[in-house]
Amino acid sequence: MIYVDSLRKDFGNIKVLKGITEKITKGEVVAIIGPSGSGKSTFLRCLNLLEQPTSGTITVDGEVITQKGFNVNALRQKMGMVFQHFNLFPHLTVTENILLAPIKLKKLTADEAEKIALNLLKRVGLTEKANSYPAQLSGGQKQRIAIARALAMSPKIMLFDEPTSALDPEMVGEVLDVMKGLAADGMTMVVVTHEMGFAREAADRVIFMDDGIIAEKGTPSQIFQNPQNPRTQSFLSKVL
Amino acid sequence: MNSLFIRVYEILVGGNRYKLLLSGLGVTLQVTVFSAFFGVVLGLLLAVMKLGDKSKGILRIPYIISSAYIDVIRGTPSVVQLLIIYHIVFGGIKNVPPVIIAIIAFAINSSAYVAEIFRGGILAVDIGQTEAGISLGLSKVQTMRYVVVPQALKNAFPALANEFIVLMKETAIVGYIALQDLTKAGDFIISRTYNAFIPLFTVALVYFVIIKFLTKLFNMFEGRLRKSDIR
Repeated sequence: MIYVDSLRKDFGNIKVLKGITEKITKGEVVAIIGPSGSGKSTFLRCLNLLEQPTSGTITVDGEVITQKGFNVNALRQKMGMVFQHFNLFPHLTVTENILLAPIKLKKLTADEAEKIALNLLKRVGLTEKANSYPAQLSGGQKQRIAIARALAMSPKIMLFDEPTSALDPEMVGEVLDVMKGLAADGMTMVVVTHEMGFAREAADRVIFMDDGIIAEKGTPSQIFQNPQNPRTQSFLSKVL
Repeated sequence: MNSLFIRVYEILVGGNRYKLLLSGLGVTLQVTVFSAFFGVVLGLLLAVMKLGDKSKGILRIPYIISSAYIDVIRGTPSVVQLLIIYHIVFGGIKNVPPVIIAIIAFAINSSAYVAEIFRGGILAVDIGQTEAGISLGLSKVQTMRYVVVPQALKNAFPALANEFIVLMKETAIVGYIALQDLTKAGDFIISRTYNAFIPLFTVALVYFVIIKFLTKLFNMFEGRLRKSDIR
């Protein structure tokens, strides 16, 4: 589904990604862990071209998205993204947040749109907040709405950039539950996370990044119970 | 006290001179409202241009045009701009109503200030909003239109309301191009009645009352804009 080949990304003189090659198959849930500054988020943001790679290629659904003239907007419609800081649109209600992209891009009728919004709100358990503004929601609720908004375009892939890092501890669970539900439904997910519990339980595969490269990858049990790379061992000993 | 009322009556009502003030007020409002409207449209365009690409060759042109325009307009007095547009730009063209010329001059003048107000408003919108918009598959233009600009307008509204008030008072210079606005009408009444006190204070009072009213209106509107901020 996603194939990344020798991906590099520089910011000025700083080399953030130093050659990443990775394959993510359909329906797979991949957790990316690693110390801060290791390039996890940059890697994720390259996947939907929020960051333009310096070199290397990314192929999604058989299309080389890194080639010149590629229709980036169409790509992003099939790749939802959830951000650390939610980035809900504060001037729009919850329903308007969810429906902005489908209405502008799919020309839905009012009925169809309402159905989509209601279904998504049910899925994240927030039907009663349909007409609230983001400022009236808790952090966990905001992130669940952000997930619903990202799902509104019926994406094939969901990218999560530290979705629980900005939340109060008691709200992490509700967001992870929604994500686990998505994973169980067979969504292809790439999740940059510090939630080792989530990586262990919900991920099919764990990628450990350090200093701009993939230092180690494997199943959760391989990575968490029997890490081979000393850097993985030292990282896990600090966070677990 | 009584004699003051009689004087006021003589000066403003005598010879139907209050009608001069009313028609002058009409001109003032006309010039203000239309130039504010065009100023805002042009200003938004200039702001977007100035926020555009600053780095690469040909894509840099909108930025350069917008920056130069804003520099020139802000760097020269509005009276001079008004006179240039009246005498030079429209100098050779007959029968252009001075009201139109005034509206053009003030729209151009105001747009430079409005552009900077909008630029500030747009820059104050978190980059995450743009990223969220484009990550949903919206184009950059759609993201600007539906996500960034509405929030930028809210940010910019107080400064924009201020600009409108400044603009209204600034139009008092249209007398330079023989347009009879509120201020010019007051001036005219002085020359007719040899009394400066009553016409000038009347004119000042009219500006004040209108601006006071506008301020109330702007505050109400701002309250509505801030509806989504209520927790």
